Amino acid sequence: MSYIRKPNITYKGRAKNALGLSESSYEGTMSTLCAGCGHDSITAAMTRAFFELSIPPNRAVKISGIGCSSKTTAYFLSQSHGNNTVHGRMPSIATGAAAANGELHYVGVSGDGDTLSIGLGQFAHVIRRNLNMLYVIENNGVYGLTKGQFSASAAFGAKTKKGEVNPNPPIDPVKMGLALGASFIARSFSGDKNHLVPLIKAGLRHKGFALIDVISPCVTFNDHEDSAMSYKYAFAHMHTAADLIENKPEITADFPEGAVVPVTMHDGSDIYLKKTDPDYDPTDRARAFEYVMRHQEKGEIVTGLLYIDESRKDMHAANQTVAAPLNTFPYEQLCPGSAALADVQKRFR
Amino acid sequence: MEPTNTSDPDYFHRVVDCQWACPAHTAVPDYIRLIAQGRFADAYMLNRESNVFPGILGRVCDRPCEPACRRGRIGVEEKPVAICRLKRVAADHRGDITARLPTAPAQKNGKRVALIGAGPASLTVANDLAPLGYQCTIFEALDKPGGLMRSNIPSFRLPAKVLDEEIGYIVDMEVDLRLGSPVRSMKALLNEGYDAVFVGSGAPKGKNLDLPGRQEAADNIHIGIQWLESVAFGHVDSIGKRVLIIGVGNTAMDCCRTSLRLGATDVKVMARKPRAFFKASDWELEDAEEENVEIVINHSPKSFVVEGGRLTGMMFEKLEYTVDDKGEITDQKAVGDVFFPADDVVLAIGQDNAFPWIERDLGIAFNKWDVPTVDKTTYESTRQGVFFGGDAAFGPANIIWAVEHGHQAAISIHRRCMGLPVTERLPRGVNLRSTKMGVHEWSYSNDFDPAARRKMQHVELTQRFEKLDVEVELGFTAEEAATEVERCLNCDIQTAFVPQLCTECDACIDICPVDCLTITPDGEPDAVAARLTVPREVPSQPLFVSSPLKLTGRIMVKDENLCLHCGLCAERCPTAAWDMQKSSIHIPYAGNEPGGHVPCQQRKAG
Ligand SMILES: Cc1cc2nc3c(=O)[nH]c(=O)nc-3n(C[C@H](O)[C@H](O)[C@H](O)COP(=O)(O)OP(=O)(O)OC[C@H]3O[C@@H](n4cnc5c(N)ncnc54)[C@H](O)[C@@H]3O)c2cc1C
Ligand SMILES: Cc1ncc(C[n+]2csc(CCOP(=O)(O)OP(=O)(O)O)c2C)c(N)n1
Ligand code: SF4
Ligand code: SF4
Ligand code: SF4
Ligand code: SF4
Ligand SMILES: [Mg+2]
Repeated sequence: MSYIRKPNITYKGRAKNALGLSESSYEGTMSTLCAGCGHDSITAAMTRAFFELSIPPNRAVKISGIGCSSKTTAYFLSQSHGNNTVHGRMPSIATGAAAANGELHYVGVSGDGDTLSIGLGQFAHVIRRNLNMLYVIENNGVYGLTKGQFSASAAFGAKTKKGEVNPNPPIDPVKMGLALGASFIARSFSGDKNHLVPLIKAGLRHKGFALIDVISPCVTFNDHEDSAMSYKYAFAHMHTAADLIENKPEITADFPEGAVVPVTMHDGSDIYLKKTDPDYDPTDRARAFEYVMRHQEKGEIVTGLLYIDESRKDMHAANQTVAAPLNTFPYEQLCPGSAALADVQKRFR
Repeated sequence: MEPTNTSDPDYFHRVVDCQWACPAHTAVPDYIRLIAQGRFADAYMLNRESNVFPGILGRVCDRPCEPACRRGRIGVEEKPVAICRLKRVAADHRGDITARLPTAPAQKNGKRVALIGAGPASLTVANDLAPLGYQCTIFEALDKPGGLMRSNIPSFRLPAKVLDEEIGYIVDMEVDLRLGSPVRSMKALLNEGYDAVFVGSGAPKGKNLDLPGRQEAADNIHIGIQWLESVAFGHVDSIGKRVLIIGVGNTAMDCCRTSLRLGATDVKVMARKPRAFFKASDWELEDAEEENVEIVINHSPKSFVVEGGRLTGMMFEKLEYTVDDKGEITDQKAVGDVFFPADDVVLAIGQDNAFPWIERDLGIAFNKWDVPTVDKTTYESTRQGVFFGGDAAFGPANIIWAVEHGHQAAISIHRRCMGLPVTERLPRGVNLRSTKMGVHEWSYSNDFDPAARRKMQHVELTQRFEKLDVEVELGFTAEEAATEVERCLNCDIQTAFVPQLCTECDACIDICPVDCLTITPDGEPDAVAARLTVPREVPSQPLFVSSPLKLTGRIMVKDENLCLHCGLCAERCPTAAWDMQKSSIHIPYAGNEPGGHVPCQQRKAG
């Protein structure tokens, strides 16, 4: 962390977005995380993505569980709504909020402990419901906040800073997401914002559940030589399946037709995947699973947009719930009284 | 890209924009921090080392440091730190520092130096050489020392007491000051056997404007610098009610404000060009306008109008200009004549050097404009042992340039007298020292202070014209000074980077409030520049480029233009790859040369 607040400087040439805001309007309070924590970089990527999408800060909702990662919702979008919930229970709160108002941008921030240990059940069900939200796992392989115990994502045989060996295999949120039918699945690395920011933006635009697993080194407890979640390991083992780009790229000799896969988003616009590997196909769930498995066995961390299905209905659509936010209805309509209740009950007698 | 060589003393020096822009390289942030700590005497002495006249310059310096100040660049509404007026704070509150001043040694070194003119240039030479045992003799034509600082800068801007004190500090070092002693022949002076001669006689000739009517109206047409001198020495104590000042440089500003104090009530400054092309500093224009001087643009003088043998006014040609999008004048046209009535006219259209007393057969070469040929490093003329400095060397400039010329000429004179080559001079040096005090604690105030520049308070308009020498500026109050010092960004506390330590976590990139850091693949300079987090706004400001980083071979690039020196990058860096280090720039003086009194290594860091 730092001991002084980041000052807000409107320096000459500072970029403004379509709302006339500079990126500082999307920042939050001063981070209290350890200096160099990957989570702070993800915070910066969030700030950048919301800024670039020109989302009005008051149209965003941040929800998180418990952990260093979950604390970060305080460090961006200070003008947004938010709830720092109970350990592993962020999906329930998000589901409730989104049910009441489907018009806001929901962003959930969680950790590998929060999602894959205590919160695994909630995580599975929010995927299953295809809640329209961006769900970011800030994955460091440990419980950072409680001083570095292995989490459920720690690699088999990985060592703690003190040399203790992890006897259990990891749970991979990407493979879980594929298995449970998630409609947008990506992986990235906190140390590579050029890669991460476009994914966050695409995830925010995706109508449905967008999962991004972000490798985010814990500098204090899991950045040592025998860690599979250190900066060094991540830089050395990143395998980028595709770069996400926003504008249609020029077809060149380096990038022939076919290396660029357009994906049409729910709103009709296209994003483009610049493939680095011809084997990779983000629209085929089985192939995506196989692709991730194959590279994982070589010790690689596969990054990129790994799977996308824009056709699946989100929770509101599937349940045919009302589109308008509940707070726009008059009280009498929301709560029609005991006569209306008696009518409903009559139908079940 | 080629990694930046930060051991080049000029690299970190350039980052300290004010110090780099100051001709004498005053250690500005150092003295501002001393003021912040209430160490006024220390701040004064530190100033004196480089600029010799802190009390004088704290009032009237041309302050090239301020337009250069980083603080003025960081935001659209931002103004530079009031560097100059803080210097005055140090001077005003210094107390008795006489015991800390240099002294002349009892044992002289046997060398005699003649200095012509008692302006800031000569005085600086004496200041640097007297402590080394030189016998310095200053010949001054006027009856008081100080040069134009005395004769032309009005006392309502620069009180005589301030001049007397700071000139006294130098003359008291057993300098032989001969007032009322114009040098009439260089040849005769050279025959007196001095070991070196320094010409600091200024640019004493005010330019004339030879238009119709000039002869007939001579009694009411004054040449600015001569007229100001006559006022300063009490030979002139009144002027007509309606005064026209021709020209819009700094001399014009002093002429118009002086006229108001001698009884004028309607003073107009007549400018040929639009405001963007004025030579006067913004603050001098503001001060004149505050006193209700009218500045009339786009009028070119045509003739003096004389009726019955007396000046009644001037005829001007009104001009219209075409200005291109770069702001340069591409065309002008006259759109008719305009008459302005006047009782007196003051010409303030520039000064020339004049050396009628230097014979042209002495081996001192003059060029076709009758300006002496002077070496820009050594300040030596084409005659060995004869040096020029201040306005006499390259034409009219300002006090702080005269001081810097004086320092450099003193080094040359010393080396000449010691039989050393004048061209081989001590290099500048730089010293770096960490300011880290604890995990997130630094030995300087790193938190950004958003306060706006303090405005200097002035004596009420109703009171300021009562006497000629009512000093207009009141100086900063304790509160104003306390706020203003915190505006300084401490640009000398440098971001020092060790590439081997960086784990490329991006923390510094994320936290930097001005987005001046980038980690990017190495490449050609243009390609790297195109990938910066924020495009370069001021390409003349340097880029810092690291050697390749350990994990990915990418490079760390920093655009020095906007850095606030807030230390957040270093606070957020997990490996201390960034550190905030105090740079001290060593500027050599004559005293640091062999045979001087302080070897360079022993000079204390600011
Ligand atoms: C009206 C006016 C206002 C100014 N205001 C400012 C200001 O606010 N800030 C600023 O920084 N600068 C200002 N300047 C410029 C500044 O005063 C000069 O640049 C500076 O004084 C030059 O110093 P110098 O030592 O070269 O010569 P000068 O100050 O000109 O001193 C030369 C001295 O040599 C003497 N002399 C000349 N010939 C002989 C001779 N043959 N024998 C003996 N003595 C001789 C002269 O009498 C004079 O005293 C101003 C100038 C003018 C004209
Ligand atoms: C119900 C409950 N059980 C346990 C804890 C203790 N606890 C706090 S944070 C945490 C683990 C957080 O790990 P992770 O989600 O990976 O976050 P990180 O700190 O690594 O970012 C645990 C177990 C708790 N706060 N609440
Ligand atoms: S303990 Fe680890 S996860 Fe928590 S803030 Fe520190 S570095 Fe980040
Ligand atoms: S901010 Fe301070 S150190 Fe930086 S240029 Fe301005 S006065 Fe000098
Ligand atoms: S000190 Fe560091 S963080 Fe602060 S402005 Fe400069 S580079 Fe950015
Ligand atoms: S914070 Fe330190 S380790 Fe991280 S990228 Fe910056 S210099 Fe490198
Ligand atoms: Mg964790």
